[in-house]
Amino acid sequence: MLDYETLKIVWWLLVGVLLIGFAVMDGHDMGVGTLLPFVGRDDTERRVVINTVGPHWDGNQVWFITGGGAIFAAWPLVYATAFSGFYWAMLAVLWALFFRPVGFDYRSKIADPRWRSTWDWGLFVGGAVPPLIFGVAFGNLLQGVPFHFDANLVPYYTGSFWALLNPFALLCGVVSSAMITFHGGIYLMHRTEGDIQARARLAVLGAGTVVLVGFTAAGVWLWADVPGYAIGSAIDPAGPANPLAKTVVRAPGAWLANYGRHTWMLLAPVLGYAGVLLGMLLAWRGRTLTAFVASSFGIAGIIATPGVSMFPFVMPSSTHPGSSLTAWDSVSSHLTLGIMFWATLIFMPLVVVYTSWAYRVMAGKVTAAYVREHSHSAY
Amino acid sequence: MVSDALVDLSRLQFAATAMYHFLFVPLTLGMTWILVIMESVYVMTGKTVYRDMTQFWGKLFGINFALGVTTGITLEFQFGTNWAYYSHYVGDVFGAPLAIEGLMAFFLESTFIGLFFFGWDRLSRVQHLVVTVLMAIGTNLSALWILVANGWMQNPVGAEFSFVTMRMEMTDFWAVLFNHDAQAKFVHTVSAGYVTGAVFVLALSSWYLLRGRDIAFAKRSFRIAAAFGFASACSVIVLGDESGYSVSEAQKTKLAAMEASWETEAAPAGLNLVAGINEKEMRNDWEVKIPWVLGIIGTRSVDRQLPGIKELRVHNAGRIASGVEAVRALETLRRDPADAAARERFEAHKADLGFGLLLKKYVASMDEVTPALIERAAADTIPAVAPMFWSFRIMVALGFMFFALFGLAFWHSLRNTFQDRRWLLRWAFWSLPTPWIASELGWFVAEYGRQPWTIYGVLPTHLSVSTLTVESLYGSIAGFVGFYTILLVAELYLMVKFARQGPGSLGTGRYAGEPSHA
Repeated sequence: MLDYETLKIVWWLLVGVLLIGFAVMDGHDMGVGTLLPFVGRDDTERRVVINTVGPHWDGNQVWFITGGGAIFAAWPLVYATAFSGFYWAMLAVLWALFFRPVGFDYRSKIADPRWRSTWDWGLFVGGAVPPLIFGVAFGNLLQGVPFHFDANLVPYYTGSFWALLNPFALLCGVVSSAMITFHGGIYLMHRTEGDIQARARLAVLGAGTVVLVGFTAAGVWLWADVPGYAIGSAIDPAGPANPLAKTVVRAPGAWLANYGRHTWMLLAPVLGYAGVLLGMLLAWRGRTLTAFVASSFGIAGIIATPGVSMFPFVMPSSTHPGSSLTAWDSVSSHLTLGIMFWATLIFMPLVVVYTSWAYRVMAGKVTAAYVREHSHSAY
Repeated sequence: MVSDALVDLSRLQFAATAMYHFLFVPLTLGMTWILVIMESVYVMTGKTVYRDMTQFWGKLFGINFALGVTTGITLEFQFGTNWAYYSHYVGDVFGAPLAIEGLMAFFLESTFIGLFFFGWDRLSRVQHLVVTVLMAIGTNLSALWILVANGWMQNPVGAEFSFVTMRMEMTDFWAVLFNHDAQAKFVHTVSAGYVTGAVFVLALSSWYLLRGRDIAFAKRSFRIAAAFGFASACSVIVLGDESGYSVSEAQKTKLAAMEASWETEAAPAGLNLVAGINEKEMRNDWEVKIPWVLGIIGTRSVDRQLPGIKELRVHNAGRIASGVEAVRALETLRRDPADAAARERFEAHKADLGFGLLLKKYVASMDEVTPALIERAAADTIPAVAPMFWSFRIMVALGFMFFALFGLAFWHSLRNTFQDRRWLLRWAFWSLPTPWIASELGWFVAEYGRQPWTIYGVLPTHLSVSTLTVESLYGSIAGFVGFYTILLVAELYLMVKFARQGPGSLGTGRYAGEPSHA
């Protein structure tokens, strides 16, 4: 078995992989949901849009569920502290997601236009709200979150929901939303034709621009005005996981220090920019499949950027920096990390294989004719 | 200290959302296999009616499945949002099966359900059947992993408390996986799901037969449901009995409560068929007893005793007293991990740590503990008897009713005489809600019966909650009630609409009441 320190790093990487997997896979159908009311102008068009992701959204959503489960298993203190601290934000995500299964499955089972239009907006909410909130959450993680532990490691969150909606966090939310819309738009271009495709193309170019500008603005803001955190005491990466065993200091510029120490980490923001730019260019040229690959890499780079900036921090505490959660001390035991590593190593490739097969089976353009022919069975 | 109101509201929210989720799960579990059977017949015989059956029952399955997915996410979130200390304290053990459930089961189920609905034109017959089978396997595997997690809450094997990290840590994954409670729960729960699916198909098929429409379709559906249901009803009873076999202490407490056994009887104990329960005086005012049966079910022997409630309380009071020492030693150790004397005392009383934590409901420090308080905490270790006793009895009675219903349905379908037995068809139709009642009661017995613990003997419920405000809980409960009511209305509306339309809703032109534009 791998040693404890290595497993802690592996799990930091795997959580990142799962989050990126979620953003790439569930992200494109959330982007499609966000664009639905705008690129589909009548019922048939909207059904075309919905059916591009109809067979896949459910499997994609499992990235989200598995990501949550993996954080529970690998970083139980993060799961406990973040989910309970961000109580209303998590409930907002959850309730927004409620609209998706029923929106997809129930919408077209009744012909009434008000019913259908209600669920179209439901799918919009289910697609638009979660990425926005996750972006806002990242913005808050970067600033530090007001929480602490007592001696029994009971987490106490002392902030309010409204304090989460601060300007920097909202900017991160905008970047996240635009990134998901961009990605969904490219997918939609790939799977549709004609008017829908043309509208999706406009959305891609617009959202891509917002991502580039927003990502840059957030980076500058972070450099100029968001102090980071640094571990002030010696920490034993191979030691048992108790977050109270260290001291932490708030330090301006600390979030950029990693790039000085490990220059290769600059790959993350570079990949973010390159992926989005290339995605825009290829989408503009109509090379939708390669554009989708490019935007997937762009997403990976953009998500990895705050990840590597904060490493080893995962959830710093603004009120009691010593309670901050890091990849070294908020993790599961050596045995559990090892078992979960092997489980992931075995099952993740299988998931990728059969998901790819499912996409291959359903490949091709979704058209108005398809929706008409399958009016009883399609979404 | 955490307020009782917060604990009660957190429990209410979890119970309500879990039981609501469990309205959809059993039907999903059962329907997937029924679809596999129907489609297998289609692939083997090539008869279109079997494909129509797969598609029509699949449509109803899909309406149900959508809400299963919706409400399932709530549960995964809720450990973190509302049970933060629980998540920290046992996440090392409990999180793993949940994550593996996602990786191994949810992906499989959810990816292939998409192809099940949309792949008819794009896959060969055999390929599509394989898709359906994989979907069914995924669904059932997810039940396995969640029940491994739940079984560990009942019987926390394969883990040990670490005072450095202040939590339970896994020591033996295979012990967690092959936990007797988990395996017994898994087979009993999936069988209950199969019964639910079978009753659903049997009841609606009977309704079509009673109305004399889509006869060929309904008869074939009835036959499949009767055969599958008969096998499932047998297994739900046999395997339910296996969950009754008490190997763990949690089971002993539950068994004593659900059987209203106040006193320890000489082996083999008799089974109270019905009783007048008097919780205050801790006795039954009257009882109708069958000799021997309980002892045999509970111990698989005629000579081993099953402890009664009073004995369990005395036993638990002893463990609480020992637990006080464990909590004290732990507090010393946390101040000075090198204190060898404290370490020794802690190791000696470690097994009872959870029992000591029960007192934290009443006092902040172990110095305030009195013998009267220990008695009070010991009384807490026994769940209320009457709700356990009656819930269990109704569930078991329904189990036997399923056995009778499917026995007769199967018999008459073998002889091809069910179509004229209108009493049987009516019985089948009116049985429609009963498997849900049985499933919810089973859930209640398992979870309420574990109180006052979230993890039996390890972590008391009142310590498990997130430190939220009571107002937050009122807000979130109101939100869940609102959303879930709307969703249920939409679901039932569609379910009734399509069930009434019957196979005509496929728009093939082969069935009664086709939509005019087909």
